[in-house]
Formats: sequence, C-alpha cells, structure tokens
Amino acid sequence: MSNELLNELTFFVLSIFVGIEVISKVPTILHTPLMSGTNAIHGIILVGAIVIASNATSPLNIVIGLVAVTLATTNVVGGFVVTDRMLEMFKGRQAQKTASAKESTPAK
Amino acid sequence: MNTIIELAYLVAAVCFILGLKQLSSPKGARNGNRIAAVGMVIALVATLPLLHFTTAGVIIIAIGVVIGGAVGSIGARMVKMTAIPQMVALFNGVGGGAAALVAVAELLRFGQHPAFAEAFPSVFSIVIGSVSFAGSMVAFAKLQELMTGKPITYPGQQVVNGILAAAILGFVIAVLAVASIPFSFVSLMVLALVLGVAFVLPIGGADMPVVISLLNAFTGLAVAASGFTLNNFALIVAGTLVGASGSILTKLMSDAMGRSLGNVLFGAFGQTHAGTAAVAGKEGRSVRSGSAEDIGTLLAYSQRVIIVPGYGLAVAQAQHAARELAEVLEKRGVEVTYAIHPVAGRMPGHMNVLLAEANVPYEQLKEMDEVNDEFKNADVALIVGANDVVNPSARNAPGSPIFGMPILNADQAKNIVFMKRSMRPGFAGIDNDLMYDPKTLMFFGDAKDSLTKLVSAVKAA
Repeated sequence: MSNELLNELTFFVLSIFVGIEVISKVPTILHTPLMSGTNAIHGIILVGAIVIASNATSPLNIVIGLVAVTLATTNVVGGFVVTDRMLEMFKGRQAQKTASAKESTPAK
Repeated sequence: MNTIIELAYLVAAVCFILGLKQLSSPKGARNGNRIAAVGMVIALVATLPLLHFTTAGVIIIAIGVVIGGAVGSIGARMVKMTAIPQMVALFNGVGGGAAALVAVAELLRFGQHPAFAEAFPSVFSIVIGSVSFAGSMVAFAKLQELMTGKPITYPGQQVVNGILAAAILGFVIAVLAVASIPFSFVSLMVLALVLGVAFVLPIGGADMPVVISLLNAFTGLAVAASGFTLNNFALIVAGTLVGASGSILTKLMSDAMGRSLGNVLFGAFGQTHAGTAAVAGKEGRSVRSGSAEDIGTLLAYSQRVIIVPGYGLAVAQAQHAARELAEVLEKRGVEVTYAIHPVAGRMPGHMNVLLAEANVPYEQLKEMDEVNDEFKNADVALIVGANDVVNPSARNAPGSPIFGMPILNADQAKNIVFMKRSMRPGFAGIDNDLMYDPKTLMFFGDAKDSLTKLVSAVKAA
C-alpha cells in the first residue's frame, strides 16, 4: 500500500468520526437546514469536475466534463443559497420585532 | 507548490467542520452555512493553479459554471418553502450525477487494467453516484406530485431488485478483476440508474425525507470515492463528512418516526397493505363538526391553546393566518404554544422553518417531548392540517403502518378542534380515529380561510 493511499485512508477514517461527532449535537429544529447544508458541502465535487474538465480534448471528455461541471455547480450554488434562505428565517424575538415593524410600515 | 494547495484544502476542511458545528444553534446556523461556503471558495480557488487547462477545458468549465450557477441560484431563490424537500432532493441528485461522471472520466483515463486502488473507488463512485442521482429524481417526482406518492409495488419486486444488484456486482467484478473493457462503465451506469429508480419506487411519499437523507449520505460517499480516484484530499474529507453526518441524520429521522431504517425502505412489502385494509373497514362512523362561531368562542374563553400545525397549513400558506390567530388569542390572555412533531411538514425541522417564515417567535415552538405532558392541561388542541402525527393508531393499532411512531398527545386535551379540508386520510393514507372522538369538533375548509374566519370569530366573541 502506497504512502499516499495510507494518508488518504487516515483522513477518511478520521473524517467519519468528526462527521458523526459534530452532527449528533444538532437540535431537531435545525435538521432540515442541516441536511441542506451538508448537501451543499458535497458540492465539493465541483473541484473534481473542474479537474477532469480542465484538460479535456476528446469529444467524449468534453461532454462528460461539461455535464459534470454544470451539475456540480448547480449542487454548490443551489445548496448554499437555499440553506441560507432557510436560516435567514430563524431570528430571535428582538430581531423579529424590528423586521415585522419594517414589513408592516410600507403596507399601511 | 503542492504544499500551498494542501494547506488551502486543510483550511477548507476546517471551515466545513466549523460550519457544521455552528449549525447546531439557531443563532449561529446562518454563519455556519457561510463559513462552509467560504471553505468551498477556498478549495475551488486553490485547485485552479495546479491544473493545465486546454482551450476546450476553459470553455466547458465557464459554460458549466454559468449554467449551473444560474440554475442553482434561481431554483434556490424561487422555490417556495413548502417545496424545500424536493429541492434538496434535486440538488442532491445532481451532485451524485457529477460524482459518477468524474469517476467515469478518471476510469477512461486509466485505460486498460487500472490498478485496483484506482479502479475500485472509481467504480464505487459510479455505482453509488448513479443510484443517488436516479433515486433523488424519483424522490423529486414523488414530492412534486409529478407521479403518485403512493408506494409502487408489483409481485416479485424484491427479486428483480436483487437481480439488479447482483448484475451490478458482476459488472464491478468484471471491471476490477478481468479487464477494464472500454465502455463497460456505460452498462454499469445504466444498471445503477435503474437500481436507483427501482429502490425508491416502492417507498411512499411520507417516507421520502428519510430516503433523501440516505441518498444525501450516498452522494457524500460517492464524492469521497472520487476523491480517492483523483487523490484529492478536499474531496475525501468533505465527502466523508457528509457521508457520516447524512447517515446519522437518516437514523435520527427514522427514529423520529418510530421505525427502523429497514422498515422505512422495505416496509411497503406486506404488512402495510394489511394495516390499511383493516383501518379502512371503519368507514361510516359519525363525526361532529362546528361552525367558526362555535370554535371562535371556545378558543376565546380558553386558558391554554396548543396549535398542532401540519403540512396542510403549509400548502394553504396559512402560517401568517395562524400567527394572527395566536396573537388575537394572546391579547385576550390565552396562552398559546405550537406543538411541533419531529416530522411535521415534510422533513424534521421543516415546520419550524415554515413558521419562522411567518415570524412566529421560536420561543413559542415546543418540541414533542417538551409539550406532550402539557396537552392534558390544555383547553383546546387546535390541529391545523396535521393528521398522521396525532393519529392514536400509532399507539394502539399494531396493524397500522405508522404503529410505533411517537405522536403528539392531542387526544388528551379537553377539547380537540380538527381543521381539515375533507375527511380524506393523511399523507400516510390511513384513517384517523381522533376525528371520531366525542371531544373532537371538525372544522372543514381550506386552512387559511378557516383560520381567518376564526380570527374574526374570536374578535367578535
């Protein structure tokens, strides 16, 4: 087994434990934003898509690269934006009063 | 040169971990998401200097980023909050598809007889990524109601799925051990896509969030596998983090429904049908229904009201009307809380998002364990568009498909007001005994209209 593979396996195993440890503390009310947030993080595949697309020359590679980059970008951008939209709504009591005051003023 | 990139990846990984950690409190959550996004940008920028771009490469990356960026941001901004689960399914599916394609490109580059350490993760990523892509699309179609949300089953389904899985395994062995036959990945991908569809078809719409969460974990693993293929540290760490967290979340979700994951995934076979048939036999019992004035007066002269919101409230866009009713009641000195079932809405936490959108203070939102003992002291349990989460058959009907699911004790309140469009059963497709309870008043109509009527009735009372 090469040194590089060994290093990669180490990161892999440690990441499993970190992932479990970090997640098990999230309260239920944040589960949907959390799922959406982790969904955005696996958009890191965009890095891989750019790597394989960067040196594409054959038509087959060009098609695969184009589709992969498009799908991965959709994943990253959509994932982070939709998570942000969800979390924007969680405000404390104070923040809410100012927000609703602002909203109701122009309406009347 | 590589050192700087590796260091940047390390920073990105720390951002992802800190981001996930920040998501554990409502106050820090938005920041957490941003920290993760910063990590993503760092990882992307750090990757670029390492690459040798061809002209075609630059063009396709630019086109892909522009199209993907537009689709992602427009989709994410336009989507209604009620449609969030299917949007997550869609974004998850495209990620899985991208992971599979990256692995395909690598496998093509390796040529004949790649080393096992390179071929294995590629093949793994192709299979899991394709299953995740196809499964997510079916989940999307079910939730978007492009197809029936009911489980689709046929005789011998498990045998067919088993044969599919065996065929995939056979291909994997062929690719890994015998030879890397050019284009063998095409058959592999097609089989995996078919398996993805076949895997999700027999699962009902109510269980879709659990499936999406599982497929989210799958995509994470596919991304990690692609990371092994590309020897890319950022992909391995981020993908694995998602794989691990997604698995935990999947377990938490099926726990909240009081079922094992196996039961959620394969439960459509057998027992569910028997349960439905047994419950359906109870048709024809009488229910009491009340007018807006009756119920308005009842609410106005109560001391404690617990609102049980469900998906029906969300589809009717009645969150604001619910908050208005709560405010009118609070002005009269009535204590109002919201009882949030873990799977209210379409996903754990979905209802909180929807109510937060309507500016309901989250101090008023009580989780199930917190609120369940308070129902017996409540004068009214006001059920708005919820059904399965208050269905007593989860407690006392072993044949029911939702038997064992923890429910809200709405039946213990002194009065129950059940607001519903019709007597139609809920998302799980089963009848609810609570509607026939002598303490229950039915109030039929669209949730938003009904709540608005109640607001005026309370004001008049």
